[in-house]
Amino acid sequence: MAFIAEALVSLMLVTGGVFVFIGSLGMAHLRDFYMRLHGPTKASTLGIGCMLVASMGYFWGVDGHIDIQEMLITLFLFITAPVSAHLLAKTGLHLRLKHAKKTGGVPFELRDEEVGKKPVPHPDKGHG
Amino acid sequence: MITPRKWLPTPVLSLLLLFVWLLMARSYAPGQILLGGTLAILIPLVTYRFWDGHMQIKKPRLLVRFILRVLKDIVIANFEVARLLINPWKRLNPHFIEYPLMLEERFTITVLASTISLTPGTVSANLRLDGKSLLIHVLDIEDEQALIEQIRERYERPLKEIYEC
Repeated sequence: MAFIAEALVSLMLVTGGVFVFIGSLGMAHLRDFYMRLHGPTKASTLGIGCMLVASMGYFWGVDGHIDIQEMLITLFLFITAPVSAHLLAKTGLHLRLKHAKKTGGVPFELRDEEVGKKPVPHPDKGHG
Repeated sequence: MITPRKWLPTPVLSLLLLFVWLLMARSYAPGQILLGGTLAILIPLVTYRFWDGHMQIKKPRLLVRFILRVLKDIVIANFEVARLLINPWKRLNPHFIEYPLMLEERFTITVLASTISLTPGTVSANLRLDGKSLLIHVLDIEDEQALIEQIRERYERPLKEIYEC
């Protein structure tokens, strides 16, 4: 493998590692559940994306032909990450998990008192 | 009279499944094509009931532009969130916003919610039962109205043009 290719692959690996690390760091030290959700949805998508690009580049350099499987993994990740984050957030709201004190615009699910009007299910467009 | 269920309800999905199968199997041997083809016919038949309506892509060129823009935003989002997370002096201002939806179809709303979750500092948390607004959690808010405008112009309007208009 050429030096430049090797350097690029290493760079991608290191970048990916740094992003995944920062994502996990966020998950460890942010204050409430809803903020912690931001780490895994974003920092990890790019981190893992970088690693997969590195893997693609490496096997391109070694075997001489490109595999598209890594692209598929990235695609599946992009499809599943937001859905799981959405479901986690929804569950968090449902269980009324604690939120940081200074969170603005707290929705009615998380308040103690009854405020505003609750949205009613629409007859023909039930999304619940 | 009951019309028999179509044998191939979603031809595009079937082709896509076959294509993905062949990519995963990394071979184009007849056996793989046969197996993939069988699955590509069976899976849509089994999951047919879960799909409501078929979305037509009205403007494919806009869709490509939309995907490229979202990919770019994902990269930027990662850098921004990383910066927010490792900066010890930064005090985050988390905020929930109620985003009024312009889209009406369930499929497009799903795409929008996923896009929001993947882009800068926002996670879609809940879709209201009436399907008229989306609850979004923002990691660090500066201006609520500006953020709503940004989502509207960058993602929702293109999606509406691509699928619904």
